[in-house]
This record gives sequence, structure tokens and C-alpha cells, in this order.
Amino acid sequence: MTRVVEPPPITSATLPANLSPAGRSTLRRRAFGLAAAVAALLAAVVLSVLIGSKQLAPDEIWHALTAYSGTEADQIIVDLRLPRTLVGIVTGIGLGVSGAVIQALTRNPLGDPGILGVNAGAGLFVALGVSLFGVAVPAQYLWFAFVGALVVTVLVYLVGSAGTGTADPVRLTLAGVAIAAVLTGITTAMTLLNDTLFKALRGWDAGSFVERGLDVVLPATPFVLAGLVIALFCARSLNAMGLGDDLASSLGTHIVRTRVLSVVAITLLAGGATAIAGPVAFVGLMVPHIARWIVGPDQRWILPYSAVLAPTVLLVSDIIGRVILWPSEVPVGVVTAFVGAPVLIFLVRRAKASTL
Amino acid sequence: MTALSRLAADNVTVGYDHRVISRELSVEIPDGSFTVIVGPNACGKSTLLRALSRLIAPSEGRIVLDGRPIASYKSKEVARILGLLPQTSLSPDGITVADLVARGRHPHQSFMRQWSTADEAAVLSAMDATGVTPLSGRLVDELSGGQRQRVWVAMVLAQQTPLMLLDEPTTFLDIAHQIDLMELFTDLNEQGSTLVAVLHDLNQAARYGTHLIAMKDGAVVAQGAPSEIVTAELVEEVFGLRCVVVPDPVTGTPSVTPIGRERSRVLRA
Amino acid sequence: MTTSTLETPTRVDFGARTVVLRVGPFSQRFPLRTLLVSLALLVSTLAVSVAALCLGDLPLSVPEVVSALLGQQSGIVETVVVEWRAPRVLAAAVFGAALGVSGAVFQSMTRNPLASPDIIGLSAGSYAGGLFVIIVLGGGPLLIAAGALVGGLAAAALVYVLAYRKGVQGFRLIIVGIAISAMLSSVSTYLVLRAKLEEALTATIWGAGSLNPVGWSQFLPSLVVIVVTFAILSALVVPMRQLELGDDAASSLGSRVEGARLGLVLCGVALTAVVTAAAGPIAFVALAAPQIARRLTRSAGVTLIPSALLGALALSASDIIAQHALPVTMPVGLVTVVIGGGYLVWLLIHETRRRP
Repeated sequence: MTRVVEPPPITSATLPANLSPAGRSTLRRRAFGLAAAVAALLAAVVLSVLIGSKQLAPDEIWHALTAYSGTEADQIIVDLRLPRTLVGIVTGIGLGVSGAVIQALTRNPLGDPGILGVNAGAGLFVALGVSLFGVAVPAQYLWFAFVGALVVTVLVYLVGSAGTGTADPVRLTLAGVAIAAVLTGITTAMTLLNDTLFKALRGWDAGSFVERGLDVVLPATPFVLAGLVIALFCARSLNAMGLGDDLASSLGTHIVRTRVLSVVAITLLAGGATAIAGPVAFVGLMVPHIARWIVGPDQRWILPYSAVLAPTVLLVSDIIGRVILWPSEVPVGVVTAFVGAPVLIFLVRRAKASTL
Repeated sequence: MTALSRLAADNVTVGYDHRVISRELSVEIPDGSFTVIVGPNACGKSTLLRALSRLIAPSEGRIVLDGRPIASYKSKEVARILGLLPQTSLSPDGITVADLVARGRHPHQSFMRQWSTADEAAVLSAMDATGVTPLSGRLVDELSGGQRQRVWVAMVLAQQTPLMLLDEPTTFLDIAHQIDLMELFTDLNEQGSTLVAVLHDLNQAARYGTHLIAMKDGAVVAQGAPSEIVTAELVEEVFGLRCVVVPDPVTGTPSVTPIGRERSRVLRA
Repeated sequence: MTTSTLETPTRVDFGARTVVLRVGPFSQRFPLRTLLVSLALLVSTLAVSVAALCLGDLPLSVPEVVSALLGQQSGIVETVVVEWRAPRVLAAAVFGAALGVSGAVFQSMTRNPLASPDIIGLSAGSYAGGLFVIIVLGGGPLLIAAGALVGGLAAAALVYVLAYRKGVQGFRLIIVGIAISAMLSSVSTYLVLRAKLEEALTATIWGAGSLNPVGWSQFLPSLVVIVVTFAILSALVVPMRQLELGDDAASSLGSRVEGARLGLVLCGVALTAVVTAAAGPIAFVALAAPQIARRLTRSAGVTLIPSALLGALALSASDIIAQHALPVTMPVGLVTVVIGGGYLVWLLIHETRRRP
């Protein structure tokens, strides 16, 4: 049955959707939501500074922020909690946004920075650093982890696109899982042969904000921010690619370029985050899903929401970790799993959740 | 006129989750007919077909097969009587055409009997009838949409059931293959199979069907022989489409020609 | 029927050589390649097993080993072969087969080549359970096995229950599985972090999967469970194939969809749980064996027998490597991870594209 398609007459009912009242209110709703998320983040930041294993009075905190004079309270606030909060923010941006980009790029709703081997690569290179070069503190781990993440991500991309020239989502995921497994195996074997390494890595493996001061976070921040910018730049193209390569091409997307840029963004974001704090699993998987459930499958909104929600989740997790087993601390990586898992299960049990 | 019917819906209420599609619907499928269910999108025709094939259970009423409620049969028993071509199916990675068609023999097979001569003959004739024999050893994934559809039809044919339910069997096919398939269904019908198909193309439905069921909003609006019920009034009532019904120049069955909007046309040379 | 001028072929062309066996009422068809590959795998596994019996601190020759197995030797040779090495070698083959089949079942059911019993929380649960016993209770091997079994089964049950909403949809199962696994994994990481070094090392070794503690008393009960499960599975193979066509097609072809799925899940879980209880969580065999087997046999979907044989071969070979290749004995699980992952990577690089 053929139908002749003719341009409809121009009436008010046929104006482009994003100018219609319905479109405008969606825009307002999303912007409002984002503002609310930012407010939540700010609240988390404030709480992160206020709460800790040592109780401090508000005027002590105020003193530390405005009239620093080297007292113990001042030091705790400025040297420990503020940097720690910054770590939470930067790591959150890194994990949340890279998770969103990975999910869009591999068209795999189970995408997580770990899938492209970032955690495994960082871990292996840190292990090499400790055993071969004797590095001992997170500030020194940083560059090893970063390089490791970079090397492995590139390797995964190469393997995933080998033979056919294009890295299709399934092969990329498979390559990431395989390489990550191999590297993790090697790393574990190394730790079993070397006690010092074992001790160092079991601390690293939990993903923690402890002992991460400004000397750790500041060098990594530019990379994470660069990754954020690139990711935001790719947002539109990632939307198109979610429709499948053919359709994306016909919509004018440059597929290879988008893929390369996305991988670069992922490396910078996830590599930076893991380099700072070690492997904090699950945030990269969970936050983009939550963002998508709020705003729908539009990367131009998912990325900013992830960039704000993930730090919030991380900071809240870190705060919980500080107080739940007071006076000892639970590493943030452990808490995120406990916070995130029930949320994810709850969301997946709602009827419409089978569509991602 | 309806002869004996083996398959019927008896006062059924069906839907999905909490959404009711059809309420207290009663439909009889005349035995030996080529019944076609037509209607606008979301009118409940696929739902009815799924209920008839036991894929969804009615919340009230029952589907009757050979005098017994269909729910009382064992799965394999039903599968030997009713064959279904579903709207969407998955083909496992790396499966060949012959392999997929052979899966249709499942209701006739048992743990010991996995590839009898009867199975082989059924698969061969099913592939021959749908014209997919030359594709026999190829991967289903490599086929075009139309070829794949014919392979799925072959699978249902291999099942060798006296009744066949077909949910939009001609989607994805070009017109030659559509007609081919409809002619094949007619052959099967003439050889004694009862077919129930959901079709979008009203003209094909009128041309090939022996019994038409027109549905709207979950209820049957009219049923009977196409030459009796397909009128311009019915089409307007069911589809909201103004049309002219003329006899098909080849078969004489009702042929629907839509009227469309008022236009002044300049005839091109 | 259309009459054609071509003669209808008398044999169905399945695209690959097929062997048809008809004896009385019994009829079955076997793709030739699958048969040959299975045979090759069986022979290889036997060869590797015999080699494993010969190698060790007391090197033996093949005739000595064979005669010891036949009960013709006595003293130290008999002890070494029959009481120490034989159960371990047999366990490697049988456990490997069980894992391979378990992975194949899960991948078929979820129609996802990345599925493995791990996804429903089984290995994370076993690991956490075993860890709990080692670190918190300080128990011995039997208690560890019990802890692993309970932990794994409880986790799998929890995942199944949480994913159940009028039936279990593959996707929801995967997500809930990941969520629960992440939670349990983080608990495990935390336990390792807080434990004494000794315990942490023991836990990590156990956690990587090791055939060291497997003697006849551990092996025989596991063997019984595995054999029984295989028997049940042989009745479920055909429904499993039909399920691959989608629920609608499978149902209309006479399979009882939900019943078959439940049966398959229980069998898959039982196989992995029993192996994990005896040897700790051994990674990657369940994930990689079915995929590698599928590529070797070029079959449609996963095949159970080749997956079993490949799993057996992989674990047997890995155990030899784990024991003899390095100066220190490694847990077999580390070897399977490195080799399995490595092979998968190699396959990805060299796979010839069959689809356009």
C-alpha cells in the first residue's frame, strides 16, 4: 500500500516540537531537576566538611575556613576534609560521566568503567610500581594508575576493533572483560608472591578517599575536566549512535571520530578517577541509569546529571563510611555498593525498567 | 456459514497486566476455513490470536479446542494441533536455515526420537513449499528480512498442524513474496488445514480469506464471508477510512480503494 | 504442492556435514564437526590427565601410573598416585566439565554470551561465605566449603527472588545479579582489608580457586551431585534449545517455558555451587568455555557436551600449569583467568567476520 506524502500545511499544530508548550515544559522540568541535583551536591559537600570521625563545633569549622591559624581543628578541616571532599567531587565526575559514555558507546546498559579494563589496568600498573619501583603512597600511585588505565583502554579498543576496523559494542565489551580478567589474574598472582605488595594492594582495591590529599587530586583534576569537556562535546553524536550505526551515519554523525573521542574521554575520566581513589565500582554503572530514568535517553542531559549525581552519591557514601562503624572507617568503595545495589534493584523491578 | 469449529473463544476477557483489551469476546474459527482477522492498530487482533494460541491466558472465559478448554491440554498436545507464527522471534546466533526449520518438529519428537524419517520429510517439504530450499545451509542471520520470514513460515509448516495461527505473516515481504505466501496458505487451506491469520492488507484479506473477522476496540464488529461483509460502510466504521469497494478485476472479491482527501490534480503526461 | 522441475533432495542440507543415527525407534542427528571436536577434546583431556598423574615431586612414567591405577603397585607409588594425585586430576576434569556446562546453560537462558553463573551472585556469594568462615569464624576446610555453599546458594536464591516478577526475564536477572554481586564483593573486600595478614592471604588464595585441598573425601560427594545434575540436564537440553527461539515460539512448539527455565537455573546453580564449595570460586571457565567451544564447533548457540569437555580440558591443563610452571604453586583459578582471558582475546583478534 503506497501513500503519497505531502508537506502538511503550516498551522500552529505543526510547529517543531521543542517550541511547543509541551517541549518547553520538558526543558524547564529538566533544568529544574538539574538545579535540584546541584543543590543536593552542595548539601553533600557541606555535610562532608561538617561530618567526620572527630566531632567539630561549627565555630571551629568557620574559623578554619576564614581565619586559618594552624590549630588541630583547622588542619582537620583544611588539610583533610576539604581535600577529601574535592576528591569526592572529582572522582564522582570521572566515574559518573565515563559510565554514561561507556554505556552509550557500547550500547550496553551494563557498561561500567571497569568493562573497558580501566580498573584492571590501573591496578596492574600500581602493582608494578610498588614491586619494581617501591612506590608507597597514593600520590605516587597516581601516575602509575593513570598510565595503566590509559594503556589498557587503548589495548582494549585495539583488540575490540581488530580484524574489522570498527569496534562494535559487543566486541569492545568482550575485549574489555577478557583483558581485565587476564590483568587481574596476573596482578593477584603478583600479590601472592610478595607480601608488601599484597598489603599495599588490598588497601588500593577497596577504593578509598583516605590519604588522598591535594597532592593526589590536583594533578589529576585537569585530566578529569578535560575528559568532561570532550564527553559533553560528544553528547549529541552519542545520542545518534544510540540509534545504531547506519542511522547515525545518515544523520551526519562521524562514527569513527565519535568513538575515538569517546574512548579518550573515558580514559581521562575513568583513568583519572581510578588513579585518585582506586577502583570504586558500581557508581559508573548505576548513576547513568538513574540519570536516564529521570531525564530519558538524551545524552545531552544524562551527562550533566551524571556529573552532578555521581559526586553526590560518592560524597554521601563517603560520609556514611566515616560514621557507620565509628571510629573506624569503611572505604567508600564498599559503601557505594551497598547504597547503589538496592537502588538499582528497586529501579529494575519497576515494570517499565526492562527498557533501557 | 460456519461449519464445525475446532477452535473457539468462549466469552473471554483478555489483556496484559491490568489493561483489558477484549471483554467477554466470543469467536468461533470455522473448521477448514482461512480466517483472517482485520482491524486498525491496537484493536486486539494480535491479542486474540495470542489467546487462541495459549500464549496468554484469559482472565475470564476460556479458549476451547476440540471441545475441551485449551488449558487442560499438555503443551505438546496443543503444539501438535495448533501451530503459531509469532510476530517477533529470536533466532540463535549461528543457526542455519535447515536447523531452524527442524526446530518446528519438536512437538513430534521425543527424547529418543530426535530425527526420524518423518521429521526429515516434513522439513524438506516445508522448505520446498516456502521456496527456501536453496537457502538450506545458510545462516539465518545473513538472510534478508523477507527470506527470514519465509524460513519462519517453513518452521511452522514443518510442525504439520491441522490448525495454523499466523500473526502478520507478510510483514517485511515484497509484493511478489506476499502473494506467493498467500497462495501457499490457500493451497494448504484447500488441502484441509484451518488457518487463522492477522493481516494488515484489507485487499489481500478479502481476496484470500474465506471467513473475515473485523475487530475494533477489542470487540468483533462483523464476521462472515468477505463478499458479504466487506462494504464501504464497514471499512468506514472499523478503520475510519472513506472508500469505494469494487470487485477485484481478477478474483471478483471485494477490493477496497481509499478515497483520500479532496485534491485538484494536474494529470502528468 | 508446487511441482518443481528440480528433484527434491532426499537429505536435508544443514550447511555442515551431519551424521544421522537411526536404530529402531531411536533417531538422532549430530553435526560432524561437533562430534570430531568433542572427540578431540576428550582425547586431549585424557592425555593431560595422564600427564598430570605423572608429574610432581615424585616423577612417574606412564606405565607406572597405569599399573598403580589398576591396583598393581603398592607403597609410596600407590599412595601418591591413587590417594593424592588421582582425586585431584579427576576433580580437575569433572569440575571443569561442571563449570563449562553451567556457563553454557546460563548463556543459553539469558541469550547473552557474557552470562555466567557469576552473574547471579553465585561466585560473589560463595566467596563472601567462604571468606566469612575463614576470617570471622576461623574455620577449617569443611566449614569453609559449607560457608561457600550456603553463601553461594543464598545469594543465588536472593537474586532469583528479587528478579522474579511473574517470571524471570533474562535482563532483570542480570542486573539484580550484578547488584547483589557488587554488594557481596564489597563485603569481601572489606573483610580482607580488616583481616590479619595471614588470614587475608589464605582467603585470597582460596578466593582464587584452588584444587589443593581436594582429596577423595571432598571429591566423591561433589561427583555424585554433578552426575545427578547432568542426568537432569540431559532431559532439559531440548527445552533449552527451544527457549533460544524466544518464549512465544518455544511455547507454541510445546515447551513449558517457565518450568524449563526454573529447572535450568537450578541445575546451573547446583553445578557451580558444588564446585565452589569444594575448590573455591574458579573464575572464567564457566564464562569462556562455552564461547570457545561454540567457536570451535561452529554451532548454533551453545552446546553442552563440547562446553563440558572444553571446561574439563581447560581446568586440567590449568592445574598442571598452576602446579608445575612456576616455582611457587599458584591457585588454579589464577591460571584459568589468565589463559581463558588470553584465549578469548586471541579469538577476538583472529575471528573471521562471517556476517556482513
